[in-house]
Amino acid sequence: MSFISTIYAYVFYFAAFVLVAGLAAKVVQYARAPAPLKIPTTPAPTTRAGVVFRLTREVVFFESLFRGNKWIWIFGWMFHFGLFLVTLRHLRYFIEPVWAPIQFIQPFGIYGGIAMVVGLAGLWARRFLVDRVRYITSLSDHLILALLITIGLSGLAMQFLAHTDVIRVKEFFQGLYVGQIMLLPADPLLLLHLLLVAALMIIFPYSKLLHMPGLFFSPSRNQVDNPRERRHVAGWARRLEQSQ
Amino acid sequence: MAKADFEVPVLKQYPEIPEIEPGVMAHSSPFKSKEEFQAPLGYPGTLVDDWQEKAIDKMGELLGRYRGLRVYLDSCVKCGSCTDKCHYYLGTHDPKNMPVGRQDLMRKVYRRYFTLAGKYFPKLVGAEDFTEEVLNDWYSYFHQCSQCRRCSVFCPYGIDTAEISMAAREIMDHIGVGQKYCNEIIGKVYKIGNNLGLPGPALEDTLEGLEEDVYDDTGVEVKYPLDQEGAEILLITPSADFFAEPHVDGLIGYGKVFHEAGVSWTLSSHASEAANFGMFIGSYENMRRVALRIREAAIKLGVKRIVFGECGHAWRVAYSFLNTLAGPWDFLDQRYPIPQHICEFTYDLIQQGKLRFDKSQNDDMVLTYHDSCNVSRASRMGDRPGGQFDIPRAIIRATCNNFYDMDEDTIRDRTFCCGGGGGLLTDDLMEIRVKGAQPRVEALNNVMQEKGVTHMAAICAICKSQFTKVLPYYGMDMDQIVSVHQLVSNALILTGQNTDEDEEEVADEAA
Repeated sequence: MSFISTIYAYVFYFAAFVLVAGLAAKVVQYARAPAPLKIPTTPAPTTRAGVVFRLTREVVFFESLFRGNKWIWIFGWMFHFGLFLVTLRHLRYFIEPVWAPIQFIQPFGIYGGIAMVVGLAGLWARRFLVDRVRYITSLSDHLILALLITIGLSGLAMQFLAHTDVIRVKEFFQGLYVGQIMLLPADPLLLLHLLLVAALMIIFPYSKLLHMPGLFFSPSRNQVDNPRERRHVAGWARRLEQSQ
Repeated sequence: MAKADFEVPVLKQYPEIPEIEPGVMAHSSPFKSKEEFQAPLGYPGTLVDDWQEKAIDKMGELLGRYRGLRVYLDSCVKCGSCTDKCHYYLGTHDPKNMPVGRQDLMRKVYRRYFTLAGKYFPKLVGAEDFTEEVLNDWYSYFHQCSQCRRCSVFCPYGIDTAEISMAAREIMDHIGVGQKYCNEIIGKVYKIGNNLGLPGPALEDTLEGLEEDVYDDTGVEVKYPLDQEGAEILLITPSADFFAEPHVDGLIGYGKVFHEAGVSWTLSSHASEAANFGMFIGSYENMRRVALRIREAAIKLGVKRIVFGECGHAWRVAYSFLNTLAGPWDFLDQRYPIPQHICEFTYDLIQQGKLRFDKSQNDDMVLTYHDSCNVSRASRMGDRPGGQFDIPRAIIRATCNNFYDMDEDTIRDRTFCCGGGGGLLTDDLMEIRVKGAQPRVEALNNVMQEKGVTHMAAICAICKSQFTKVLPYYGMDMDQIVSVHQLVSNALILTGQNTDEDEEEVADEAA
């Protein structure tokens, strides 16, 4: 069985590298491209603190989506908030000792898992039922939903149907920190779950999952509405001025 | 009712989200620009030989120039929130007029040439080569976007289709596929000073005529000065204000307000245009060149303040971009906003109690107010966010007795575009203009039925021209659209005015 453990170890090293390096490259690319004009969607905050508040509302409550479409908002928010709880619950595999808040969150993580799958199912149903959404859906949209929902279902199955040896799972991941490959339980559900999570990590920087960092760099949301008070000039635009 | 060779949408009592009808607007595209209109803007006159390569190069350059463009092309998750928000989709039912459908026309090309997934798995992520067919779609559908930003309000990531339309037009201009309407007009600004190509003497004539009209009407000598050096305020207004109806009634109103304020002001023949079509074609360079004319005029005339007339996209460029494009404005009076909107100017005077109104002069109208898209979602008035909604309404309430808002979902930052903005106000796009106006006209129709509204006020030259032309297609009258400062003009009591309304004035004071 150590053969599978070895493969999984390298898959996770690779996935973690792609996720971190790919995302970092993307963030650098976003950060380096200038936003030459003030284009916040108004009414917009007139202070930096106001912008932080606006972005917080977008990240936590999906404010614009709430105004746009209640169905997408309900399912989308359920999925994301569920995923957030699930991620917190899973932190117990990656830290030792496990912090008190993470211990406290454990049962909620299970509800989160259920909410996540229900939300995803709702979002997927819309891709078939609403003609406008069907029109804009490409194969990759279906595949990402399939990936996420399978991750969710395989995880829930390990909770409710066929337990795996979580102690050894934790030992496996703790081992990866120090370059030691520990034995991973050879349960098919676990192996499927982990493989798909690795796949998710790998496609993250190359897919629409970029909406996560994208939101923070969106000029229509992150700019302060103060063009009359403060002159805003990008580097290349300033060179345009100097050339005359 | 105006005659149409296409089907005019039916107005409903409750808005309906239509089912998609793919391709029904593929035939709609504006006249192409020619060599003589392309050259002054620095663009090739016809489709260049290696257009595909040039277009991709240009797209790469824009991706490095505009953070928004890259973030918007990367971030869309196809959630569908925007799909029923565009007035052109609601009016035409063509899915390529859904904001995401329009964005995808560029996104599929972006993915093909600039992303890993699109390079190796094009089918999977819907990536496509930039073929002639795609280019034709671009030309058609990127000229069915009025850059009104309504989609960006409802997008969870603020993806603004206007930015993508602008980039697409910029790319097309660079390979020699320009739009005649916009590019010819920008050329006129460079040559003559305004979109309509009205030369200085014609402006002078018009303004003299206005002075006579106002004198005949009121007995007060209100001046409409042109190129007057040393004036305190430079008024920049859309050139339609010089002669089109109801625009000119607004211009009369601005003059009366300045007169009552006791400030000296002037128009400029060099910068006789507020609108900046450089924005419509997404060209920073052309937008800047047009904007610099205002700076030149302000310096030459030695003014202390700049005030903009009623014009929507113009106010976006003025409020949001002018400081960037043509600043710093350190030679102007820093005690006032630079630039200032005429509504801010009038509102301040109302707040200070310096204007006297006889509201009954507008009693022949029951009004509603159309929030112009670019004023609402791309600019501000006053000190607080949302002043762009409250200040014009406060002016209307101060000058009219009868005012009702349209449905909440169709006003303020959720307002519908008139259907003619962003470089679409041309007769060769009549079908998309009429169909795109449907959501706004439907909301108007509903307040007409429910509240007895007779007129709709606006603060945008494009909105005014568009509704004048489009309302008759829906069985309404062209003069149902009015300028906000036309209402001000009607109700304002000038100092020393020979009033046949003396009695009413007495009654007012008694009240």
